[in-house]
Amino acid sequence: MPKGKLTFEHDLCKGCGLCVEYCPQHILYQDKKTLNDSGYNIVSVSEPDKCIGCAFCAMMCPDSVIKVEVDK
Amino acid sequence: MTVKYEKTKGLTDKPLTYCPGCTHGIVHKLIGESLVELDILDKAIGIASVGCSVFSYQFFNCDGQQAPHGRACAEATGVKRVLPDNIVFTYQGDGDLASIGIAETIHAANRGENITVIFLNNAIYGMTGGQMAPTSLIGQKTTTSQDGRNQADHGNPIKISEMFSTIEGVAYLERVSVHNPKNVIKAKKAIKKAFQYQKENRGFTMIEVLSSCPVNWGMKPVDALKWVESDMIPVYPLGVFKDKGVNDEKN
Repeated sequence: MPKGKLTFEHDLCKGCGLCVEYCPQHILYQDKKTLNDSGYNIVSVSEPDKCIGCAFCAMMCPDSVIKVEVDK
Repeated sequence: MTVKYEKTKGLTDKPLTYCPGCTHGIVHKLIGESLVELDILDKAIGIASVGCSVFSYQFFNCDGQQAPHGRACAEATGVKRVLPDNIVFTYQGDGDLASIGIAETIHAANRGENITVIFLNNAIYGMTGGQMAPTSLIGQKTTTSQDGRNQADHGNPIKISEMFSTIEGVAYLERVSVHNPKNVIKAKKAIKKAFQYQKENRGFTMIEVLSSCPVNWGMKPVDALKWVESDMIPVYPLGVFKDKGVNDEKN
């Protein structure tokens, strides 16, 4: 069971990749095939089961794209 | 499932106008979160500066005003004196605070005005296209120092926190960075403490945040944050430069 669940507000994403870099589980990637309204590659989760809900991705995101929910 | 992290209520729904990977966004979030957590959002008044952050009054979910170039602290002084019960903060970059606005900032600090200054140091003029700032590092290439800044022609980078730590009216002064999650947490703690001090009427508080400018540095956002760690922090060491609260607690 994943400990965390991520939801993305894709239209706010500017594709900077900071969340991808600072994810300790390395499960985020920039989807090179999908663009948002502004023309940036959106971010996706490759293995949602591995999310530990640390929220480092959301913390480093300058544009408040990511919402993190955790099991408690 | 409980929500651990979501967009703070301290920011409006307006999408930020900053470049991809610019740390302005991270600092905006930290300010918004601090105001919400201290329950002072409805009393807060933000003073925006000139520079990339010129529209920041549209992003903070509180009252705001935009000051002429460099004059944010002068304006904040006026606002705070007229409305002493409100929480007044300025949001300024290094081109604004360390260059044209250094006089009003020093005098506001010296008077011990009960305001909070959030000072973003990205070692370059961002909005105008990457010119050399007073805070640019020795050897840093900018559009107006194309062979790199050198001491003989341009002088040394100005260290605002070190300079302000000698001023009597300053109650709290810390330099933080937002180049990784650990430092983002520390930066939030510092910003929150500064607002807490203002709530307690302790005097002038300033947080210097080392931030990145990927576009004008000519780097990818991730590389820019690594450059903050490898090149900026050795010149601008992090830490608390002044904390009157510690002395008060001892006495």
